[in-house]
Amino acid sequence: MGRYSAFEIFKQALSGHKNWPALWRDPVPKPRYDVIIIGGGGHGLATAYYLAKEHGIRNIAVLEKGWLGGGNTGRNTTIVRSNYMIPGNTEFYEHSMKLWEELSQDLNYNVMFSQRGQYNTFHNPAQRDAARRRANTLRANGIEAELVDASEMKARVPGLDYSANARFPILGAIYQQRAGTARHDAVAWGYARGADQLGVDIIQNCEVEEFIRDDQKIIGVRTTRGEICADKIGMAVAGHSSYVAAKAGLTLPIETHVLQAFVSEPLKPIFDTVISFGAAHFYISQSDKGGLVMGGDIDGYNSYAQRGGLPTMEHVFAAGVSFLPFLSRLKVLRQWGGVMDMSMDGSPIICKSPIDGLYINGGWCYGGFKATPASGWCFAHTIARDQPHRFNEKFSLDRFPRGYAIDERGAGPTPNAH
Amino acid sequence: MLRIDCPFCGLRDETEFTYGGDASRKRPQLEEKSLNVWNEYVFLRTNPMGGHQEYWLHQHGCRSWLKVTRNTVTHEITEVSFANPELET
Repeated sequence: MGRYSAFEIFKQALSGHKNWPALWRDPVPKPRYDVIIIGGGGHGLATAYYLAKEHGIRNIAVLEKGWLGGGNTGRNTTIVRSNYMIPGNTEFYEHSMKLWEELSQDLNYNVMFSQRGQYNTFHNPAQRDAARRRANTLRANGIEAELVDASEMKARVPGLDYSANARFPILGAIYQQRAGTARHDAVAWGYARGADQLGVDIIQNCEVEEFIRDDQKIIGVRTTRGEICADKIGMAVAGHSSYVAAKAGLTLPIETHVLQAFVSEPLKPIFDTVISFGAAHFYISQSDKGGLVMGGDIDGYNSYAQRGGLPTMEHVFAAGVSFLPFLSRLKVLRQWGGVMDMSMDGSPIICKSPIDGLYINGGWCYGGFKATPASGWCFAHTIARDQPHRFNEKFSLDRFPRGYAIDERGAGPTPNAH
Repeated sequence: MLRIDCPFCGLRDETEFTYGGDASRKRPQLEEKSLNVWNEYVFLRTNPMGGHQEYWLHQHGCRSWLKVTRNTVTHEITEVSFANPELET
């Protein structure tokens, strides 16, 4: 399959666009690979892509129990930003941002990455101080960030409740110019196509049932499509990390929780940026189709159900309406829930597991989408070289017993508070 | 909406309760010196898909801590008791 280009569009037009090749093959699993990646979401596919592209390992299978991008890659609010403050997170998410900026070119596939900026509002002097500190930290790390006052904010983002009577008066916002959104399905498809072109076998409808061991080492997996062996097996199954790890006898510092997201009926353009409410948990952007894409708190109790409850929906929109009063007139068109790996410090895990042959990528809480490129890039490095890159060396499992938790929110080991 | 059958107040909506997390963990004795044991208690969770024992506080009701067995896939609640077994009688 060739590259996409203007010439290719012209050529395909001659046959009525009926002969575009499939984006990836549908191969029968081979009995043996160099590397198996469990999980065909954005992170797993990105890992396979970077293993093949950066490390020359091409004998790879990606095993997906359902269809590509059918998990959290298709269940998020598509926001990309890199405004993290704690060492470990700062450099990792900024690396991700840099990969995002080149991604469509790199994959030769339009992931519709739109750097429309992101505002995070503050509502009292203490929050303003915290925002200033965050902006300074970011700028000290070479990441552009700007503090915007209320009058400037009002000029740039009309429509918020700027009145003196607002429940939480807006004093200003911290703004990251390079933040934005991307088309979530395209990210999975683009990485899948890229990996497939480099020889990676993408195997769908193939669920891992158990691990095959040789003494202590894990040497393969037994799946719904037979036994498949590999020297190295990486799992990128966030939401179900505990479930898969338990098959290998591992207990992880993770609880699984449901996060809901919402899309309103389509409106004419009203927001050309991403906005997060600083006084409660609520964030909003507008899709190219006009729908307002919104999210907020997780439901708050352990759940593997890919659906959410009404009390949390009410809670999210109570926050939304206090920020954007016009929301009360809108109808929600779609709502969905995704299951999150909520880690004990709110930060992810990308490392070798304590078991030989098994590598772990998980614990993404609800920040996994923006991390997709760097997650795959770092996980590929960790698998290929058997040691972490400096961008993910702090995301180890042993940071918890060693006392090096990366707790951006400062909430402690209470996953439903991150 | 979950509905929890509080042994003191009866069947009440989830909005009256606060979640207290995994109830199957056992706090080590304070004399315990092994960091591994504390790591297991503080950070590790079995996080089962299916039956899960968990604490709920009836915050806007009798303010009792309850121990609930709930399925994490279907959300079906099969057992509710006081967290303090002395209250059961």
